[in-house]
Amino acid sequence: MKRLFLWLPLAVFLVFLVTVAIGLRRPAETEIRSRMIGKFMPDFALEPAVAGHPPLAAADLRAGKPRLVNVFASWCVPCKAEAPQLMALKRRGVPIDGVAIRDRSEDVARFLVEWGDPFERIGADPASRVQFALGSSGVPETFVVDGKGVIRHQHIGDIRPENVPEILAAFEAAK
Amino acid sequence: MSRLPSLRGARRRSVARNNALALAILLVLAAPAFAQSALPPARYAYAQLEDPRQEAEARALMETLRCLVCQGQSIADSDADMAGDMRALVRERVAAGERPEAIRNWLVDRYGAWVSYKPPVEPLTWPLWAAPVILVALGLWLARGRFRRKPR
Repeated sequence: MKRLFLWLPLAVFLVFLVTVAIGLRRPAETEIRSRMIGKFMPDFALEPAVAGHPPLAAADLRAGKPRLVNVFASWCVPCKAEAPQLMALKRRGVPIDGVAIRDRSEDVARFLVEWGDPFERIGADPASRVQFALGSSGVPETFVVDGKGVIRHQHIGDIRPENVPEILAAFEAAK
Repeated sequence: MSRLPSLRGARRRSVARNNALALAILLVLAAPAFAQSALPPARYAYAQLEDPRQEAEARALMETLRCLVCQGQSIADSDADMAGDMRALVRERVAAGERPEAIRNWLVDRYGAWVSYKPPVEPLTWPLWAAPVILVALGLWLARGRFRRKPR
């Protein structure tokens, strides 16, 4: 019994080493999922981000039909990369609204001309307030909101072509 | 770099090399930086609150909130746009009379305990809080054994 006790510190140390080794091999988690999934869209009413698009308010997101809310910015490079996928989703009949983070309307206008315009409504979020309220930690992010205004799905980062089916599925599931 | 007619061959090459090196260093520094917007920082991103007591409260909170885009820094330490907006959010809410812990909870509700550098007491972090107590107790117990054996 005493002999066993003598080996205990070494055993504890070995467990520690294995834990550290496993931790080192696993990349640090960099994606921060929103805790708002399954909850109601926080209340907000944004100013219009660009001429030609009505502004976005939380009330527009509980109009009975699911919608996509794309959190983007004209200064964000991955937002340009996901533009074709948003256009593809729009062609599939998915209504998409935008929240433009820390953006100027002339920059948003240029961005839409250059990279395509999948949006119905676009709200300006100059101090990232709606982004914080959504639990979004960067651009781009895309939320699926059902007809009652409940957030059903969050996609973090740019939508790659291989992500389109899962977003379509989340959209269908929100119907 | 080749438009330096007054310099002679070797010197010119060395200048070119230095410039190339400087450019390489700049590129290395520039590449991982996250994109920043063209909008000026929010009013309270870099400005202190007028009331020093409120500013101290806001400051203490900001030092224990994690920057979401830089991840290794607190929002008080980061120059990222998003950290600036979070500082503005904290300062405005403190100025409006909200308790710092309420603001922390508001953020934790959205981002999880990850956003806070102050670990909550919950089953998962229980060992973290209990470990010091257990270790001190273990140490005392060991020391007691030693002291007891001494007198022969």
